[in-house]
Amino acid sequence: MTTIQDPGRGTGRESASLLTVSDLHTWFELRQWGFLRAGAVHAVDGVTFALARGEAVAFVGESGCGKSSLARTLLGLHRPTQGEVRFDGRSLAELDARELKAYRAKVGYVQQDPYGALPPFLDVRRILAEPLIIHGVKDRDEREQRIRAALEEVRLSPADEYLGKFPHMLSGGQQQRVVIARALILAPAMIIADEPVSMLDASVRVEILNLLRGIQAKRELTLAFITHDLSTVRHFAERIFVMYAGRVVESAPVDDLLDHPQHPYTQALLAAIADPDAANASRQREVPAGEPPSLLNPPAACRFHPRCPHFMAGLCDAEDPPDFEPRRRHLSACWLHR
Amino acid sequence: MPESTLLRVDDLALHYQTRRGVVRAVDGVSFELRRNEALVVLGESGCGKSSLAKLLMRVLPRNIHHTGGRIMLGDTELGTLSDERFRREVQWSRMAMVMQASMNALNPVVKVGQQVAEPLRVLRGWSRGRALARAAEVFTLVGISTDFMTRYPFELSGGMRQRAVLAMALVAEPELVILDEPTSALDVLTQASIMNALKRVKHELGTSFILITHDVATSSELADRVALMYAGQLVEVADAGDFFGEPAHPYSRMLMASVPRLRQRQRPESIPGQPPSLFDPPGGCRFAERCPHRFAPCARDPESIRIGERRRVRCWLFDDDRRDHGGRAEGGAS
Repeated sequence: MTTIQDPGRGTGRESASLLTVSDLHTWFELRQWGFLRAGAVHAVDGVTFALARGEAVAFVGESGCGKSSLARTLLGLHRPTQGEVRFDGRSLAELDARELKAYRAKVGYVQQDPYGALPPFLDVRRILAEPLIIHGVKDRDEREQRIRAALEEVRLSPADEYLGKFPHMLSGGQQQRVVIARALILAPAMIIADEPVSMLDASVRVEILNLLRGIQAKRELTLAFITHDLSTVRHFAERIFVMYAGRVVESAPVDDLLDHPQHPYTQALLAAIADPDAANASRQREVPAGEPPSLLNPPAACRFHPRCPHFMAGLCDAEDPPDFEPRRRHLSACWLHR
Repeated sequence: MPESTLLRVDDLALHYQTRRGVVRAVDGVSFELRRNEALVVLGESGCGKSSLAKLLMRVLPRNIHHTGGRIMLGDTELGTLSDERFRREVQWSRMAMVMQASMNALNPVVKVGQQVAEPLRVLRGWSRGRALARAAEVFTLVGISTDFMTRYPFELSGGMRQRAVLAMALVAEPELVILDEPTSALDVLTQASIMNALKRVKHELGTSFILITHDVATSSELADRVALMYAGQLVEVADAGDFFGEPAHPYSRMLMASVPRLRQRQRPESIPGQPPSLFDPPGGCRFAERCPHRFAPCARDPESIRIGERRRVRCWLFDDDRRDHGGRAEGGAS
């Protein structure tokens, strides 16, 4: 378990936290024949951090590391098994149904697969009107005006050209812009983007990421950007959290993390990523053996110990490593720093 | 055809008939592949790269409007073979393919080892024991423990299943393996270790590869040659070192600039605009609309212009006569 007292440690902006997450656990219980308890998937298993207002961060990890479950817990879609999420000073657990609805208006969500995220039988105008209607914007002219403003903001202009279109008539990049417009239309304070570009082509990816980052900076939004792709994060986030098997193993400002990775898992991840270079073809890459553990029955203590090249018996498999701070504002949960 | 050349493709075309009209998915593609060489066919979605692979392997959908061109594998002209002979003499034994997402196409009720051994039993009539023994060797080569041979597909992780599919393609020791996006659904570490396995196979078995992908960085893990595809055509074919180091075609250069790099602080730049529709591709250069170097000659379809021994570029900027009329190629090969 992480042992941090001040969840804002390491952000450098402790006072201005918009979102504080402490010791968060999201488990999914499994039942056999519908009633016998058969264990739990420890999707998020003791995560603590704080995000400042206007900060852009990235959660990075491989599939099954719990990053999407974390996003969905932050959105209030899953109830935490343990621990708490505080937004603007209030715990999500305290909110009643009406307040939870208001919370959802303050947190926009950008899904991974834009085509799957857009209802196929609604046109763009109707897709963007939906959140406004749900959140009580009754005046038709006001809705129309906000819809047009949102489309302009995501550079789908002139808006008239897109308002009547259905999702299948748009390219992948344009669909993702509509998804972003929908996330922005209620003027949220925070955006959670779950792999916003993984379904798009390389040349479009950068465009969408630039757009998101531009809007984030202009509106001073908090942006939590969830991705498996470490090569894009340098330009689109200020801080990175690296997740492994339900936990954050390392967090630091982007450049410091990419240039001086501290945790053995992060080091392995970075070493596995190629930059385009013809010399790659003539050398084998170092990859740790094995695969990420099942979250149903994760390894004791440090989750990475069965694959770690620096494994220390009796320590790494016996006691949870706390967050050490081997460099300024750079946290790493590994006994090597002791 | 020189001894070292394994595959030679001339002016290949594949057009689909759809309700909305004819889609020119592959439109005049030519390239050569040497023995034990890996050619990467790089391109964004919808550029026709998967259609090219399907055409080579003769696994085509029904709505074909037109196919054309010539494919020579060694001394065999594949177009002259009947479907039956192609299936018996070429598929699996000389040329195998790992299709996109094929790790999800394993038979769920047959043990993985049996499935990998199947091509040998069907094509060569080998006994079960002999085929399984050979399959075990290939399992080891691609990096799966032979313990997994007696498991069912659902008991394997995605990365393991992808290796099993790769083993199946390799089991009959084909000269050429076509891989369509073999790692795109996998995690970073799994992807790296599968690319490691491919390098090992190439080195140990001397197999040739055509790797079809949109992922520039991963493609460099295997590529000896790179063919960049845009709107159904190859716009540049070059040695990997030349392509990654000094891309020549304006699209190649812009694509390389759009790739985010982990170890560089330079900001990636997006390519404005979109590829043209393949329903009715524009006359002239298909990239012209998005090209910053566009000049008068681009209204005519560019020829494939040879630069040096090993590079071809489909762009008028590299044609000395025409270039002097207008735009100039900056940097790149000249």
